[in-house]
Amino acid sequence: MAMRRSIPVRAVLRRPTLSSADILVGALLLAILYIGVRLGRSLTVNFTPGHSTERISTNLSNLPYYALRSLTRMFIALALSTLFTFVYGAAAARLQRAQKVLVPILDILQSIPILVFLPVALTFFLKLFPNSLLGLEAASIFVIFTSQAWNMTFSFYHSLITQPIELDEAARMYRLTKWQRFWKLDVPSSMIGLVWNAMMSMGGGWFFLTASEAVTVFIHGKGQPIDLPGIGSYMGAAVKEGSVPKVLIGIVVMIILVVGTNFLLFRPLVAWAEKFRVETSTSSDTPRSSVLNLLRRSSIPSLLGRATRPIGRGLDRITRPFGLAEYPLALDATRKRFGDITFWVLVGGVSLWGAYAGLAYLGRVVGFSRFPYLFGLGFITFARVVVLIVISTLIWVPVGVKIGMDPKLSRYAQPVVQVLASFPAILLFPLITLVFIDLHISLNIGATLLMMLGAQWYILFNVIAGASSIPNDLREMSANMHLTRRLRWRRVILPAVFPYYVTGGITAAGGAWNASIVAEIVTWHHSTLHAKGLGNYIAVQSTDGKFAFLLGAGVVMSIFVVVVNRVYWRRLYQLAESRYSL
Amino acid sequence: MTSLASTSAGRPSPPATPSIIEVSHVTKSFTSPDGSPLPVLDDISLSLHEGEIVALLGRSGSGKSTLLRCLAGLIAPTSGTVSYRGTPLNGANPGVSMVFQSFALLPWLTVAQNVELGLEAQGVGPAERKMRAEAVIDRIGLDGFESAFPKELSGGMRQRVGFARALVVEPDALLMDEPFSALDVLTALNLRAELLRLWSEPDFPTKAMLIVTHNIEEAVVLADRIFVLGSNPGRIRSEISCMFPQPRNRHDEAFGALVDQIYTLMTGGSTGAPAHVWTTATPGEGSPTEVPLPAATVGGMSGLLEILEARGGRDDLPQLAHDLTFEVDDLLPLVDAAQLLGLAEVEDADIEITDEGRGFVAADIQRSKEIFAREAEDRAPLVRAICRSLRATKDGTLGEGFFLDLLRRGFSEEEVRQQLDIAIQWGRYGELFDFDATTGQLTLEPPHPKVQSA
Repeated sequence: MAMRRSIPVRAVLRRPTLSSADILVGALLLAILYIGVRLGRSLTVNFTPGHSTERISTNLSNLPYYALRSLTRMFIALALSTLFTFVYGAAAARLQRAQKVLVPILDILQSIPILVFLPVALTFFLKLFPNSLLGLEAASIFVIFTSQAWNMTFSFYHSLITQPIELDEAARMYRLTKWQRFWKLDVPSSMIGLVWNAMMSMGGGWFFLTASEAVTVFIHGKGQPIDLPGIGSYMGAAVKEGSVPKVLIGIVVMIILVVGTNFLLFRPLVAWAEKFRVETSTSSDTPRSSVLNLLRRSSIPSLLGRATRPIGRGLDRITRPFGLAEYPLALDATRKRFGDITFWVLVGGVSLWGAYAGLAYLGRVVGFSRFPYLFGLGFITFARVVVLIVISTLIWVPVGVKIGMDPKLSRYAQPVVQVLASFPAILLFPLITLVFIDLHISLNIGATLLMMLGAQWYILFNVIAGASSIPNDLREMSANMHLTRRLRWRRVILPAVFPYYVTGGITAAGGAWNASIVAEIVTWHHSTLHAKGLGNYIAVQSTDGKFAFLLGAGVVMSIFVVVVNRVYWRRLYQLAESRYSL
Repeated sequence: MTSLASTSAGRPSPPATPSIIEVSHVTKSFTSPDGSPLPVLDDISLSLHEGEIVALLGRSGSGKSTLLRCLAGLIAPTSGTVSYRGTPLNGANPGVSMVFQSFALLPWLTVAQNVELGLEAQGVGPAERKMRAEAVIDRIGLDGFESAFPKELSGGMRQRVGFARALVVEPDALLMDEPFSALDVLTALNLRAELLRLWSEPDFPTKAMLIVTHNIEEAVVLADRIFVLGSNPGRIRSEISCMFPQPRNRHDEAFGALVDQIYTLMTGGSTGAPAHVWTTATPGEGSPTEVPLPAATVGGMSGLLEILEARGGRDDLPQLAHDLTFEVDDLLPLVDAAQLLGLAEVEDADIEITDEGRGFVAADIQRSKEIFAREAEDRAPLVRAICRSLRATKDGTLGEGFFLDLLRRGFSEEEVRQQLDIAIQWGRYGELFDFDATTGQLTLEPPHPKVQSA
């Protein structure tokens, strides 16, 4: 093994001269701080429900401001997701009893189409922050949060329970405090998964951001459309005006936002997180980032280190009274028993009561006789999901394999596809709607295309990853043995790609269900197209403010997602794990 | 407990110095998949005294690492107590540090940060932390590497960091869990010598050391007392006092004799073979849970027999292991398998090939498969049970679940899978039965005319 003498500590501490990198980074920091102050002031604008103080203008000069408002929402949601992840993930992994409840809850939360509950969240937050735009702001952030948090939490939980046992033992043996264990072991060892999932979450979040900025608020049972300044509401206004150039500009700004956050934040983060890899073997293509290199060459890291050191020391001291990350080996059996019983009675009671109350509410307001109809609508949307998965598979598996097998091509294509997957396809809907109207295409057919627009990239992305992971010797073997094209696909390529395809398929199907809520009803200027389906039903009910019907439809959609995941995707996944993993 | 007086070492008696860790009547059992307890440690009593190095020597499955974790207060014994300086443990042992087989360094911390970890946990201030860490780093030969990350270091250097981290907190006792077994032979040799050098320094703060190992020579080189653990469940089979002066010469006659003696003990040779040691199985006897299959591949076992035949059919096991640079854990399963199938015999640390073994080695591939199939079905209880059960069905097919359930009565979930995998591998080699991994079905191979048993 190569032994590299690292830079002596003294050289780093030597006072560095100002370099050009420092000036650039300093300018950026200043800009971000200024914007933060500016935004903080505008957030507290007074607002009486029913009278929107701000009309969204489609004037281009407002667009940068709108974009920043949207971006801020995204980052607040991401910060909340991270906080939630640490608390919930740690509780699920460390508390014996809580684990049995928290993990299934997370699993369910992951399968719920979030948009269904946007109106509900809205009402809740408006009650919480009356007379202020803050309620709307909070509702929007909440919806983005719900689209970001679950997979991050799962990742953290998974990292904690698969933590190498000897690291756990070392932490206990060397008597780390609870905080030291969390900060020195738990967070770093799950960092790679966290960063990757935060990046995925951010990509998924754009979709919900655009959907949650232009909403309908209910005051005394009357719906009132209210907009939050942001890129999503800008697009809404542009669509209402029926201006194609303004819609196109909105799309360009969105692309800049997606690419920008990726380039300036997530690529550097991913590259930085590599240092937390627990396995000591390094793979040949470690992620790199020019921004990170720039930052590393600047004096930011050492300044940051010096600035945060007292904070770290303070935290260390404050958290010391919470005790060691250790638990008594022997537990009092009767006390444990008593605790178990209390816990389960409580959990059982609450969940039974909740289920009963929910069913009673549904039965009283919606009536169970309506459910067959809802399931019927569900099957129509389900058919669309199936068709789009089949079409995406037929198109993108061959393309993905082609790209993935070519290392040069995949190095360029992968970040592009990642951006495509992050780009909220919802922004393209108006333009396509225009085409539908012109060509007289029924949305009943067109909706499938709209849903596919966002979902297909997950399949492509994963197939590329799968194809590029086919070991070189297998490729050489198939060339050497003169396998026919057919045989090569059947025996080498498809089996190797399969596990990746399944992962992509699950994500694509989940995304398609969520997209149906915005794809089965679309508008352009003054015309609105409808497609029959559960998504359409939910969209209509949420503009009408019928929460009970919304709840009913939401439950039906969740059932579809959960059942299909359980009986179809999970089985494929298990097959992929046991037979086709390389 | 078998007490063993050896020519080179006196009767075992713990030193008269105060004891640091006291283990009394510790048993540990895990719960088997079908709910019954699976004993891993059985009635273990021992003590670690000031001024001595103790080795816990055993094969895999002897529960030696489990025992070490009981001593460290990382896991609770099912019954019995572990006490440190007279106080029973109910949590991590406050007076010990541990060195891990896999080093267990935090890859995101530098060498210096890793070493300082234990001091930081104690709330020692940064200045003092730095000073003490630097002192240990110098002492252990890591100077110059303070700001390196573990992944930049070789295995030997990493374990040095492991030792530095353990010693910087000046523990009362140092526990080591196979600290050298992830290192290559020369590096291990070098580190062992360094450890002994540190130990002999007058101002070395640690008062006792305990090492868990499966390497017999390592135990004899380092330890003042050696506890040999038997397997399934782990119990102390012998306590050997080993008071040669340091540095010890492995070419010394007494040294060699002691190694031989321990080999005999660990292969369950002539001296008081306890239960669960593989001796040549009597054909048709023993149940799959009583006589587990050793974790050996057919290829490995026939390789061993070929070497044995080439060396004249009989050899000294320590010598053989040394020549092949095999560790006990690598070699013994092969020996066990050969012994179980009646292809070789072991006596007093000597292994000798049997007539069947000679036939097996000399035959062509088809013939050797036939011999293997016959012996496996006769003497390996699990293989026999599978053959019989498959024959009892109409279509010669059974799901693996049937056998897994059978094995769950006596093994942990992991061992259950391992046992069935070995049996499937043996059955496939002998063309007794086949296994379809997708459906989980075992199928009887068409009976071979010569293999058919009565």
